[in-house]
Amino acid sequence: MEHVISVTLENKAGSLSRVAGLFSGRGFNIESLAVATTLDPTVSMMTIVTSGDDRIIEQILKQLNKIIDVIKVVDLSESDAVSRETALIKVSTRPEDRAETLRIVDIFRANVVDSSPASYTIEVTGAVQKIQAIIQLLQPLGIKEIVRTGRIAIAREPVRTEATQPRPLAKAN
Amino acid sequence: MAQLTGAEIFLEALKREGVKTIFALPGGVVLKIFDVLHQQNDVEVILTRHEQGAGHMAEGYAKATGKPGVALITSGPGMTNVVTALADAYMDSVPLVCFSGQVPTALIGNDAFQEADNIGLSRPCTKYNFLVRDVNDLAQTIKEAFYIASTGRPGPVLVDIPKDISMNKTDVTFPDSVSIRGYNPTYEGSKWKIKQAADAIMKSRRPILYLGGGVQLSKASPEVLELAEMTQIPVDQTLMALGSFPGQHPLSLGMLGMHGTYVANMAMHYSDLVIAVGARFDDRVTGKVSEFCPTAKIIHVDIDPTSIRKNIHVDIPIVGDCKRVLQELNSVLRATVNGDQKEWRKPWWDQLNEWKNDHPLSYRQEPDQAVKPQYFIDRLYHLTKDRDPILSTDVGQHQMWAAQYFHLAKPNAWLTSGGLGTMGFGFPAALGAQAAFRQRLVLCIAGDGSVQMNSQELATAVVEKLPVKVFIINNRFHGMVRQWQDLFYEGRYACSYLDQTPDFVKLAEAYGAAGLRIQTVSDVDDGIREAVAIDKPVFVEVPVDQFENCYPMIPAGGCNHEMILEDPPELQKRQPVEAMGQRDGKDTILTA
Ligand SMILES: Cc1cc2nc3c(=O)[nH]c(=O)nc-3n(C[C@H](O)[C@H](O)[C@H](O)COP(=O)(O)OP(=O)(O)OC[C@H]3O[C@@H](n4cnc5c(N)ncnc54)[C@H](O)[C@@H]3O)c2cc1C
Ligand SMILES: Cc1ncc(C[n+]2csc(CCOP(=O)(O)OP(=O)(O)O)c2C)c(N)n1
Ligand SMILES: [Mg+2]
Repeated sequence: MEHVISVTLENKAGSLSRVAGLFSGRGFNIESLAVATTLDPTVSMMTIVTSGDDRIIEQILKQLNKIIDVIKVVDLSESDAVSRETALIKVSTRPEDRAETLRIVDIFRANVVDSSPASYTIEVTGAVQKIQAIIQLLQPLGIKEIVRTGRIAIAREPVRTEATQPRPLAKAN
Repeated sequence: MAQLTGAEIFLEALKREGVKTIFALPGGVVLKIFDVLHQQNDVEVILTRHEQGAGHMAEGYAKATGKPGVALITSGPGMTNVVTALADAYMDSVPLVCFSGQVPTALIGNDAFQEADNIGLSRPCTKYNFLVRDVNDLAQTIKEAFYIASTGRPGPVLVDIPKDISMNKTDVTFPDSVSIRGYNPTYEGSKWKIKQAADAIMKSRRPILYLGGGVQLSKASPEVLELAEMTQIPVDQTLMALGSFPGQHPLSLGMLGMHGTYVANMAMHYSDLVIAVGARFDDRVTGKVSEFCPTAKIIHVDIDPTSIRKNIHVDIPIVGDCKRVLQELNSVLRATVNGDQKEWRKPWWDQLNEWKNDHPLSYRQEPDQAVKPQYFIDRLYHLTKDRDPILSTDVGQHQMWAAQYFHLAKPNAWLTSGGLGTMGFGFPAALGAQAAFRQRLVLCIAGDGSVQMNSQELATAVVEKLPVKVFIINNRFHGMVRQWQDLFYEGRYACSYLDQTPDFVKLAEAYGAAGLRIQTVSDVDDGIREAVAIDKPVFVEVPVDQFENCYPMIPAGGCNHEMILEDPPELQKRQPVEAMGQRDGKDTILTA
């Protein structure tokens, strides 16, 4: 099963490679990984999308926790979380396709962020399904290039009870 | 405070950590540090002949003392040479701090002379590593390195010091304490879980203690002894645990696992409650995971949450330090244990004794035939046990026989490479232990293959006056490899026969050490006594029966109650290799 894991880690040279090395060294899946600093410049937030059965996910969470540069690990799949991904899609456009392309952009509330006589570059943000859907619609028109950020995710603030909040794993080595 | 160079800070920081001895080999980028070390007497510097030797010596030192071992090596090839020892220490949770030199900060990444990516090389085989980029960080970094190496689940830490950092000066303050926000090992076990464990122990009819290396690391031997004696629970030990429970104690069943005793493995397989303490359910112990301890509930005490449920489902996981968890468990049990535990456990012990008697460890020594390796180790044990020796081993059959026949009584006396299984570990590890305890008897049981992987350290042994006694169990084979070829490759000895072994006696003498050879069964006792009495490093070559195999054996992936107990009939009629036409005819072994 797919899991979205949020990792708070030291913003230090080499921290990212410790996480990446863990996944490659132990043969864990990694579908996407996005990382950037937070308001606190000494801390980065990372979102990892991975998959595996319960035993493997348990190991992934524990092994992440064991990395000394990792400060906190939360499995967002266990809770209510918002996740988003951005894609930049360069579509080649013949004159007769330009209107159709713009219609699709409109439907998906995407933006054209660059254009040339023969192409549009489209920016789209949303849940993965949305990105996949727009790609599917644009494909027949001719996608020249595509870049995706990988998913980022954040837990929703609880509206009701405490219990719906994601439980951070106790950090222990 | 006065300004100090990086090299001076290094020395002062080591002194503050209480480091007495380091194992080192110099090179261009660490010369400043060596220069400072050369002008002082507080820290002893042992020059090794290879960086792998330095690493294993630091491991031997750490295992024997329980304190972090320290190695200092140069950039590039110095670093690549020490990687095996780091990987070894990482697998076996040995506290180690390794300092590596690095090219000057300004040259990093330029493929400078003798540059290697030390951080990248060591990342997968260290608990943590640091590249020091500013001399102002050096004192703090060293403090953190020792802290990380020796707390929680211990392990090796690398500190990479660029040349300019060792030369730069700064006003330094040495920190007294460390706090790392991402690193907070759990020592106290959950009281609630410990209570559950106590209940399970009280209810169990066929419990077994499965001790691992964590017992020694947390100095929990007294607590284990109390637990076992109070409840009359039998004790199995992993290869890494040996010595943490007295090998000759009536409750001890010996080592479990691939080459464990029959009773130790049967006890696991038929148990209804496995109490794993500081052990990590390695595949050499579990065998076929789906049939591991089929009827048992499992309690697992370990300080590292990743060890728990990594390989095996655990019913009562307790994250914490063995010593503290067992103290709490014992106090709960003390209040509940009632009646005569011996009486209550009698049916289980009857069964265990039956297994013990059915298939004890055994070998047959004919007085006029080649020395059996087991016989030799058995004699070595009996002739030295009263001197409380430290024993190291290399890797192979001889290692397993040492585990089976040398019954260690105390912790921190057994130096062996379990997780990585590094041939060449034994001799330098023994030297490291001897450097820590100059007055103690330090023995090494080595293989003729393994010992050649670090025999250059004979020079270190002689120069530093480290009188270790190395017994080379010479079967002219990579015996462990040959055993697998016998059993699983129809006796095709691909690269396991060691056609050319040096004359180990002359080899030792060439370095200025003593050399001895024990040829016959009747020489064994005198040879051992003579070797032990020599106040110098000694290589004792013991030519042994070439074809002896190590049993019991659970084939890899096999089931724990299905052990091979002796050579299958077709192996019992093997011809000597000489007769197979592979020999030069000069062999002394077969005619011994
Ligand atoms: C040729 C060969 C054959 C082998 N055959 C066998 C065999 O027959 N039987 C066998 O047992 N082994 C055998 N081994 C060794 C095997 O490969 C493993 O190294 C060994 O089984 C692991 O031992 P362990 O479970 O005690 O774990 P260790 O590697 O000693 O790990 C220690 C565990 O304790 C934990 N720990 C550390 N500190 C603490 C603390 N303070 N409190 C609580 N927990 C702590 C750690 O987190 C870890 O999980 C063999 C090796 C070789 C080379
Ligand atoms: C560095 C290294 N290379 C290869 C191996 C694989 N290996 C395991 S045991 C062994 C043979 C060891 O031979 P020896 O030291 O003579 O011991 P014996 O088994 O004969 O007692 C080999 C090659 C290893 N463990 N370590
Ligand atoms: Mg051999």
